[in-house]
Amino acid sequence: MASPTLDLDRVIASRSTRIVVCCGAGGVGKTTTAAALGLRAAEQGRSVVVLTIDPARRLAQSMGLTELDNTPRRVAGVDETAGGSLDAMMLDMKRTFDEVVIAHSTPERARAIMENPFYQSLSSSFAGTQEYMAMEKLGQLRAQDRWDLIVVDTPPSRSALDFLDAPKRLGSFLDGRFIRILMGGAKTGGRAYLKVLGAGLGAVTSVLTRVLGAQVLKDLQAFIAALDTMFGGFRERADSTYQLLQASGTSFVVVATPERDALREASYFVERLGEERMPLSGLVLNRVHTTGVGALSAARAAAGAETLQESREHPLVASLLRLHAERMRMIEREQSLRGRFTAAHPKVPVVDVPAQPGDVHDLAGLRVIGAALAGT
Amino acid sequence: MAGRDYDWEGVRLHVVTGKGGTGKTTVAAALALALARDGRRTLLVEVEGRQSIAQLFDSPPLPYEERKVAVGPGGGDVFALAIDPEDALLEYLEMFYRLGRAGRALRRVGAIDFATTIAPGMRDVLLTGKIYEAVNRRQDRGRTYDAVVLDAPPTGRITRFLGVNAEVAGLARVGPIRGQADAIMALLTSPQTAVHVVTLLEEMPVQETADAVAELTAAGLPVGGVVVNAVRAPQLKQADLAAAGKGALDRDAVVAGLDAAGVRIRAGAVDSLLAEVGEHAERVALEKRERRTLKALGRPTYDLPLLSVGVDLGGLYRLADDLCRQRMA
Repeated sequence: MASPTLDLDRVIASRSTRIVVCCGAGGVGKTTTAAALGLRAAEQGRSVVVLTIDPARRLAQSMGLTELDNTPRRVAGVDETAGGSLDAMMLDMKRTFDEVVIAHSTPERARAIMENPFYQSLSSSFAGTQEYMAMEKLGQLRAQDRWDLIVVDTPPSRSALDFLDAPKRLGSFLDGRFIRILMGGAKTGGRAYLKVLGAGLGAVTSVLTRVLGAQVLKDLQAFIAALDTMFGGFRERADSTYQLLQASGTSFVVVATPERDALREASYFVERLGEERMPLSGLVLNRVHTTGVGALSAARAAAGAETLQESREHPLVASLLRLHAERMRMIEREQSLRGRFTAAHPKVPVVDVPAQPGDVHDLAGLRVIGAALAGT
Repeated sequence: MAGRDYDWEGVRLHVVTGKGGTGKTTVAAALALALARDGRRTLLVEVEGRQSIAQLFDSPPLPYEERKVAVGPGGGDVFALAIDPEDALLEYLEMFYRLGRAGRALRRVGAIDFATTIAPGMRDVLLTGKIYEAVNRRQDRGRTYDAVVLDAPPTGRITRFLGVNAEVAGLARVGPIRGQADAIMALLTSPQTAVHVVTLLEEMPVQETADAVAELTAAGLPVGGVVVNAVRAPQLKQADLAAAGKGALDRDAVVAGLDAAGVRIRAGAVDSLLAEVGEHAERVALEKRERRTLKALGRPTYDLPLLSVGVDLGGLYRLADDLCRQRMA
């Protein structure tokens, strides 16, 4: 059974689509897909912002931008005759975190938080913060309401699912007993709380002291106490961003390449989106090999090459046939992996983007990808 | 060939990173296999919770336990371990603090969950801690493993991942955590560690390789070799490549050649065939440029061929053999 074809032009043309999230394993072309979709939508008349999170600044390269910081910047060279425009930005997670802190606390408290050594490493260098801050930034952009379409490229996570789990994790963490225990030690009146929680707690605190050392525990408690007032704000925002992802104006595009690992990750993602009732548009299958020499199979091409090799004639054509045979074997493998995915997910629309001989690093290249994404 | 020279003699921890999609898991597995030659014993470790190793070796999902997954060329054992941060934390607490009941209390109040999933960085501390333990573990008269190969996070996160203990050391000025973090950093920055970068001959992976080498060097982490994966054997002579790139191949000669080969295709298909060769020429030219960029990095470089049918266990042995022949192992 052939799976339906993903019509991304319909997705980006629909004014009710407000957010497109590109997700998938690392290295499958998420950033390029996000940029190409954003560009295409802009040139079709929508006012678009593309949010990228990748520290390798790949979007910058592909869009000819030399500077991407935490503010959206207009991309030059976009055809704006249809009335649209394209802005692009790269997430600066430290700055985004700072903005959240400042927005949710008094100036003195904000200073105390930012000076705490825990905050400094949490906000700038530890893994995991990126996902939270990407969600935060998405929420901010949406709340600004300056664009009618936001295209998001997801962080290069351990797993594509981390992005989805980040806000929920933050929520459950903020409700957790552990954080209250930690805070209990830092606040007056905390002791009563500890008593209520009962047995095992003395052990917990003593273990923490033994493992972390008293000084680390003190810094951590001070940090959490300082963040205390902000928690409500954090939690609310995490919840509302999660709801935003479930809203009908959001559209998830899962990106993969025709390779085992990338398609496996795509499968997980498709299943999770279903469970979470998040709106999936379909699968973009990137870097698919194709041929215009359809009738010439790998076996026949290889046999022809052998014939020529034996007769020692036409060495160039023998090479041509070997190249073609190699290509056909790759196409067969890709099609079989694609078939496995579509058999498991027959209702998920798919669009193939042909492999490009060179890398994409300008708007012209992005337009080519954009056209392929639209199936034209 | 026992005891013969190879480029990474004395390295006990091989960290394999690379941009997503470059095949670092495959390369890590092939390297573990190659290092397990001639009766040696290696441990292949994964930390991303994907069970990619099990898939590669056709084995059921790995538990948090070291399992033998393959036999090295000429005898030798490859063990594999998928590190789960939560189990690693409980094991760590048990080993160093003999917690017992208190450990369960920690789990009950959500501290274990906090530490492994929410506290940023903690996860990486636990993962590197477990790797440190495996590298240094002793048994009978020697080390348990001759080498540990880590299928590491991708280039974008590798420096942060390996440097996480320096981060911890910055937070914890004293105390047991500090001692542990210092010991791990000492191993990771020593000549006993080598961080190999896997790349393809494409622009972005090569760019990320160059970035990673610069970042690792700046962080004092020892950069190992560069593994160029999925290399295709040259099929055309230089002059033909140049002509193909310009679309100047002699069409009539190609038609005559196809005829001699007994391959009959439509006229339109001949043009498509020529277009395929044109694309190939374009790619070869790009690859040449990327090669020069890699060469400028000045690191030992190893090539692995593209296996057009995909990588299975047999393919892994072939890649391991390639690495041995190039003296990476």
